[in-house]
Amino acid sequence: MTMPLPEKNQTVTHIFLFALFVAVLPWVFGLSRATSYYTDVMVFVAIHSIIAAGLSLLLGYAGQISLGQAAFYGVGAYASGILTTRLGLSPWVGIMAGMALAAGLAYGVGLPALRLKGHYLAMATLGFGMIVYIVFNEFIGLTGGPSGFGEIPPIHFFGMEISSTLGFYYLVWTFALVVLWISLNIVHSRPGRALRAIHDSEKAAAGVGIDITRAKVQIFVVSGVFGALAGSLYAHFVTFINPPPFDIFFSIKVLMMVVIGGIGSIWGAYLGAALLTFLPEWLAFLEDFDVLAYGIILLAIVMFSPDGLVGLGSRVMGRIRNIKY
Amino acid sequence: MDSISLGSQVVQYIFTGLTVGAIYALVALGFNIIYNVTEVINFAQGEFVVWGGLILAVLAESLGIPLFFSFFISVGLVSLVGTVIYWTGIRPLRQPTILTMIMATIAISIILKGLAMFIWGKDPYAVQPFVEAPPVTLWGAYIQAQTFWVLGISVALVVALTLFYQHTLTGKAMRACADNPGAAGLVGISSGRMILFSFALSAALGAVGGAIITPITLMEYDRGAMLALKGFGAAILGGLGNFYGAVAAGFLLGLLESFATGFISSSYKDAIALIVLLGVLFARPQGLMGSSLQGDE
Repeated sequence: MTMPLPEKNQTVTHIFLFALFVAVLPWVFGLSRATSYYTDVMVFVAIHSIIAAGLSLLLGYAGQISLGQAAFYGVGAYASGILTTRLGLSPWVGIMAGMALAAGLAYGVGLPALRLKGHYLAMATLGFGMIVYIVFNEFIGLTGGPSGFGEIPPIHFFGMEISSTLGFYYLVWTFALVVLWISLNIVHSRPGRALRAIHDSEKAAAGVGIDITRAKVQIFVVSGVFGALAGSLYAHFVTFINPPPFDIFFSIKVLMMVVIGGIGSIWGAYLGAALLTFLPEWLAFLEDFDVLAYGIILLAIVMFSPDGLVGLGSRVMGRIRNIKY
Repeated sequence: MDSISLGSQVVQYIFTGLTVGAIYALVALGFNIIYNVTEVINFAQGEFVVWGGLILAVLAESLGIPLFFSFFISVGLVSLVGTVIYWTGIRPLRQPTILTMIMATIAISIILKGLAMFIWGKDPYAVQPFVEAPPVTLWGAYIQAQTFWVLGISVALVVALTLFYQHTLTGKAMRACADNPGAAGLVGISSGRMILFSFALSAALGAVGGAIITPITLMEYDRGAMLALKGFGAAILGGLGNFYGAVAAGFLLGLLESFATGFISSSYKDAIALIVLLGVLFARPQGLMGSSLQGDE
């Protein structure tokens, strides 16, 4: 399923072009009143892209499924929220603490869980996500329980308070682009090649001297850290958190983003995150029945383009090229 | 609660746990039936329970059809839903991998849930107990008559399923497909038909679960996902593909939840069941009783 990899300096060019596109997007949206709130939506696209990039590394390159990514997302959000509101610490400390906590959790859970295979791993990560969700709901003294808590402060950047949507847009997309760059670098690096080897055959990978458990746990930790970063950004943007955004259905949604975008492509994760974040806006007129549309779209993509939108795109491009010659 | 002795409390929790556990066991069996033939985990399994309960509610309560007939019509309709799912959602998959099949069944469960909301709305539905009878008092615990129906029908189903797999030609053919589809094809077994049949059978089991539990717990459109998770947990705990493991694990999960609710707190019942599940998985990666496909992969 792995896509052919472009050259390294080509990657940097691609990221640069993408950054330019992202930078002018709010101005394009601003042209029409109907699309001006798309800047808001794009903030969530960035947040979702960061968590989806982590799962894409784990799923698409290491071949390990996780149905518990929402737990890391929540850990980041609650760490940020609690440290800034209760202890009055800087949001940056909250973000770092969230990522550190998620890394520790991912290591502790990953070590026993990643020895499991296939459906057993799916169940273990699902169970982990549900336990963390229950903690958010029940440790009321710490988390505010089901009703959550608010007044999470905005992020300050060199003394500048980032509270406007546009300001946050540039901040969160800077993070998303850095995560994209790191992820693509991991793919191209020695650990990335080791992961792809594990994906293809664990036995062969072990045979050439790859420490399989270590490689898997490492990438699970990376995915957890990305998830926590996304969660912290969410908390500081929305300024209020309660448990529902961090339930197992969000984990499944992140999985959908990766699969719909294209397994084995980091860019696909970003595409999938964009599509699944904009869909609710476009389907809002269906009200409660938007779930039906989700189900049908997901099934259609799995059925007609199992390698996701990126795969579909490259096949279409291939056909167009064939016509030319 | 103070006036009830510890002994009666324990009896009460045991029966509550066994009732819920029976449904988990049926869902887990449904997972295994499909898994053994196709290696697909059908995450829409919980929706069969919901549809079984809701169709029964419409037939028996709204249309006034006698419960006995409603029960069988409901189970029949849901097994039809199972076959439709296979024809429209699973069979057309190109280059199916485990992951695409998981995603497809998740998509199907979302569609079934949406359809259920479209057809029945968001309110819970009730069904009368199978037989009007006062609760039974056992060692100071009150047990609804319907509880005995749930346990009786579940046990009867497990026995019937065992006999089916061991003594009928279709059952043996399904086991052959599970063991080795290639070899089964060589002796003239149509694996396509067996897969279709496994979907129908598994949907029917879920529907029975929904039909027998609805008189106790009511039924609403969005119960499926949680039931699927619990059933999946039981199937994994018992060892994927292992029938007796699934039944034992289903009852075990039900009892764990019930005792955790009674002695600790209802808010931690899921957490405790899940921690036990994770503990078992980490200690014994093949489930409590071992998987039918042990050594594969």
